[in-house]
Amino acid sequence: MITRLLLAMPFLTVAVLLLLALGALLFKRNLIKMLMGLSLMESAVNLFLVAIGYRQDGIAPIFTNAPQTLMVLPTVQALTLTAIVIGVATSAMMLSFAMVIYKKYGTVDVRNIRKLNG
Amino acid sequence: MMDSLALHLPALLVAIPLFTAFLIPLAGRAGGTVRSALVILGAALTSLAGLALAARVFAGGTVLYVFGAAAPHAAIPMDSGGIPIRIIFQVDALGALMVVIAALSSLAITLYSLAAESRQSGKDGFYSMLFLLVAGVLGMVSTGDLFNFFVFLEISSLAGAALVAYRIDQGEAVEGGLKYALLSTVGALSVLMAIGILFAQYNALNIATVASRLRFGALDMIALVLLAVPLAMKCGAVPMHFWTPDTYTTAPSSITALLVVSSQASLYGLFRILFTLYGDLLRFNWAVFGWFLVILGALSAFVGVTMAIPQKDVKRLMAYHAVSQTGYMLLGVGVGLAVFADAGALAAYGKTAMAGGLFHIINHAMYKGLLFLTAGAVFYRTGTRNLNRLGGLGHAMPWTMVFFMIGALAIAGIPPFNGFASKLLIYESVFRFSPFLAILAMVVSILTLASFVKVFHSMFMGPPRAEFAGVREVPAPMIAGMAILAAFVILAGLVPQAFVDRMIAPAVNALVDRAGYIAAILGGH
Repeated sequence: MITRLLLAMPFLTVAVLLLLALGALLFKRNLIKMLMGLSLMESAVNLFLVAIGYRQDGIAPIFTNAPQTLMVLPTVQALTLTAIVIGVATSAMMLSFAMVIYKKYGTVDVRNIRKLNG
Repeated sequence: MMDSLALHLPALLVAIPLFTAFLIPLAGRAGGTVRSALVILGAALTSLAGLALAARVFAGGTVLYVFGAAAPHAAIPMDSGGIPIRIIFQVDALGALMVVIAALSSLAITLYSLAAESRQSGKDGFYSMLFLLVAGVLGMVSTGDLFNFFVFLEISSLAGAALVAYRIDQGEAVEGGLKYALLSTVGALSVLMAIGILFAQYNALNIATVASRLRFGALDMIALVLLAVPLAMKCGAVPMHFWTPDTYTTAPSSITALLVVSSQASLYGLFRILFTLYGDLLRFNWAVFGWFLVILGALSAFVGVTMAIPQKDVKRLMAYHAVSQTGYMLLGVGVGLAVFADAGALAAYGKTAMAGGLFHIINHAMYKGLLFLTAGAVFYRTGTRNLNRLGGLGHAMPWTMVFFMIGALAIAGIPPFNGFASKLLIYESVFRFSPFLAILAMVVSILTLASFVKVFHSMFMGPPRAEFAGVREVPAPMIAGMAILAAFVILAGLVPQAFVDRMIAPAVNALVDRAGYIAAILGGH
């Protein structure tokens, strides 16, 4: 029972993080906070990827001193690394957008960023 | 030498634009001429690789390329236990059709940009991003791997958003770019989540392998929604079209034309997921998904055109027309999907409808690209996109006017231009499916014509105006870029049957041939 609960913990955390992220994206007016929500969402998806890659008593694919050659294929771990890199690029770009918007509009409140009128 | 080049075409297709993108800042240090030469060379080689690959696919069927394998065709290594563990590019006729679109448009757009952006600063970054966007689009339509698809989707989204925001101006461009980036990122994360769900169940990322193992459980349905909704949003279908007018309007015109191509790569992704990944005849209710696309398409076509009519900004107007035209593609393919289970109806008009939808994708990329480029040409000389302030430009810009006319007649579906060829296929077949939808499609076409007659009149007709006295025709590279697209619009309008037989019909067959797509990787049926 306890083991099952522990194994479910990462997925519950993913759900909580996703809800927090959606809340921030939908209900926050501050652009920076919305971008924080987006960052949270990225973390949630990354955690999800790592969590599905977990194998109980799995052997990490490091051949030095490995007890056996039957190992876990680290596909999701590789995916997560790629997704983290993409996430960094996205965050950096969008934060720089937020900076430019603050310079030009004098605000980061999305209610006032409406030159394109929706 | 030539053989080995031909063998590695799928890798070159993405490698050339990526390499060019990162070489450009270096070339930029050696001066503007060197950079321009590199840009032209990169664009020409990319297009050449794309067209050569497409020619191979149309002549000899699906082309596989396994990255890092001893032989590019060895999809399943001996020691992997029957799973393709490497990244595989799988270009079938549908993918090849999209490659042709991207190859032709990117060449025309790069030529056009050379002149259109010549007075701007920061050109190193601009062209780097442009090539990254091209690489992303080409990757999306040729990959056979789910995660790889996500990576290329992100590359094209990020490069696209950066390009939209590139000319900051009063901040509007950044607002448009931010909107695009935000929606794209949330969409891409949703796609990644779906890929995780599929991987957790089937231990594979290869599209063919996942498709062969799919059990259509509850989790798979969640994954389907997480995949289909963002891709439908990125191709600009109503009711998720709200980003298109803002993004298309604020981007530089050449980039808008490229964003149209990038949207269509998302449309390709949507079709790939509905038909190849989830298209299991036995357990699926085809009609439901067909009607989903049909309703999405009819709504997009009608709402798009009605929103376009009152617009004053010429690019905003064209952006709404892009939404409307995407509706035709969804309508055509949706009708095919809806009658998929009924072999008689499929043979009688279902395949024609799909052919019309797919033909419209390539036609739309060409004439809509052309229209956006002409709008850019007008903006380049006059500095305004406001239709109320433009007028009398026909005297000073005859080439631009001719190109605009070609594009406008094509989008309205007037013979002998390419828009007529694909719309005729859609009208004929949709009429047999539902006369109401066919009439709706025709009404949309008439409204499109009315809208473009108005634009034509307010931009080019009337006496020359004093405030535009200094306006001349745009430089030669811009005319050359527009001419490439215009030539295709006319050619595909004059001999549509040649295109349908050689490219569109194989693409339709590839779209519906799920078993063939899987067998290309896993072997056997």
